[in-house]
Amino acid sequence: MALLDYDMSNLRSAGKALERLGARVQVCRDPGAARGSDAVLLPGVGRFGAAMERLDERGFTAMLREVAASGTPVLGICLGMQLLFDQSEESPGARGLGLIPGHVERLRTSAKVPHIGWSEVHWREGAALAPASGGPAERTYYFVHSYSCIPDDPADVIGTSEHGVGFTAAVARGGACGVQFHPEKSSAAGLALLDRWLAGVQSGQMVAS
Amino acid sequence: MIRVIPCLDVDRGRVVKGVNFVDIRDAGDPVELAARYDAEGADELVFLDITATHEERDTIIHLVERTAEEVFIPFTIGGGLRTEEDIRAVLAAGADKVSLNSAAVRDPDLVERAAMRFGDQCIVVAIDAKRRDDGSGWEVYLAGGRRETGIEAVAWAAEAARRGAGELLVTSMDRDGTQVGFDTDLLAAIAAAAPVPVIASGGAGTLAHFGEAVTRGHADAVLAASVFHDGVYTVGEVKAAMARDGVPVRR
Repeated sequence: MALLDYDMSNLRSAGKALERLGARVQVCRDPGAARGSDAVLLPGVGRFGAAMERLDERGFTAMLREVAASGTPVLGICLGMQLLFDQSEESPGARGLGLIPGHVERLRTSAKVPHIGWSEVHWREGAALAPASGGPAERTYYFVHSYSCIPDDPADVIGTSEHGVGFTAAVARGGACGVQFHPEKSSAAGLALLDRWLAGVQSGQMVAS
Repeated sequence: MIRVIPCLDVDRGRVVKGVNFVDIRDAGDPVELAARYDAEGADELVFLDITATHEERDTIIHLVERTAEEVFIPFTIGGGLRTEEDIRAVLAAGADKVSLNSAAVRDPDLVERAAMRFGDQCIVVAIDAKRRDDGSGWEVYLAGGRRETGIEAVAWAAEAARRGAGELLVTSMDRDGTQVGFDTDLLAAIAAAAPVPVIASGGAGTLAHFGEAVTRGHADAVLAASVFHDGVYTVGEVKAAMARDGVPVRR
C-alpha cells in the first residue's frame, strides 16, 4: 500500500488508520517507491492548484496516470478525490490527474461553506465501497470541504450527500475511487470503509474493469 | 448534522478534572479518554492545553502524536499557541485543527497568515465573551476571563472569519461553569455576523440546553467539559435529547 507524501496533507492519520486495519503502508516521497505497490492512497488537504504542482514536481502525476491505466487501485481522499478529475474552479488553469472525466466546482449552497461536519452518504446499492448493511450511523462520515466533484458520467457517482444542496460524496471509475469525506476521521464508519477498500484491493475487485 | 464535542483540559500531558468512567484504566490519560469518547459517539474532541510553563509544552506534541495514532475522529488543540511555528508543530504531529485565542486577539494577522499557510479549515478562533453592562454587546476577555480587551465580541467574530478563521469557538464567560445554559443571544448574534460554523461553549447544565444552543443560538456544534467529565451525561444521552428536540445528530 503506497501512501503518497507530497507535503500537502496530514498523512499520519490516514496511514495509521490503514495500519490499524492490518495494511502495510509505505509512505512514498518519490514515484519509484510507489510503483509496484498493490494500491495507492492519495490523501490531500489544501488547494487544488498547489497540490497538482507538488504532484507534478515529485513525478507523482505521471506515475498515478500510469498505474491507474494498468489497473492498480487508487483511492483519493478529500482533495485527493478532487485531484482525480480534470480541473477545478478553485484553481483555474491547473490540470488535474484526469483519471475520472469531470470537473470540481465550489459548493453552491445557502448553507455555510466550508462544509465542516458529519453527513450521511446515500450509497448506490451494491457499489464498490458501499456498506452492505447498517443504519445511518454506519453511513455517516466527517467532511471538510468547500468544493465538490461533478463527473461527466453520472455512472461514476457511487455516493451522494447533502449540505443545503446535494453533492457527490464518492466516485469510482475502473480502479480509481474517491471519497470527499475523511474516512480516517470518521470513527468506526470510516474505518469500515477503508477496510472494504483494502478487502477489495486484496480480492482484485477494485481493479479497473 | 450538529456536532457534540467534549473538551478535555490537559496539563503537562495529563487530563485535569477527574472523569468518572467506571471501566477506564487511567482517567488521566488523554488518549484513553479520547478513544472512549469516540466510542461513545463524540463527533470531535478539543484538547485545551493549560500547561503553564513553556519548557513543558513539548508534552502536547507527544500527546497529539499518540492521539493521532489511536483516535479516528477529528481533534483540535488549543491553549498556548502563539506563533505559526507552534501551529505547524501540532498540525504536523497529527492534529486536525488548532484553536487560537489570545494570540489571535493580540495579533489578528496571525489568523490570516495561518489560514493562508495551513488552510481555513484548520484554524479555529476561540472567543471568550462577557455581556457588557451598558448593553453595547459583549466584551472579549483574555486569560480565562481575567482581562478585558476593549474589543466587542460580535465584531471580533466577524473580523476573525474575514481573516480566515474556519470556525469560531464561542464561550460565554457569564455562563461558563454556571450550568444555567448557553448564552443563546451571544451565539445567535455571532452566527448572524460570521458566515462560518459556530461552536457553542459555556453553561451547559441540562439536556435541554444543548438543543437550545442550536434552535435559539443557531450554533453548528456544542462543546462541553464538566457535564461529560463529571459523568452527569454521556455523549449518547446528549445526542438522544438533541434528536428529541428535532436537532439532527449522528447516532
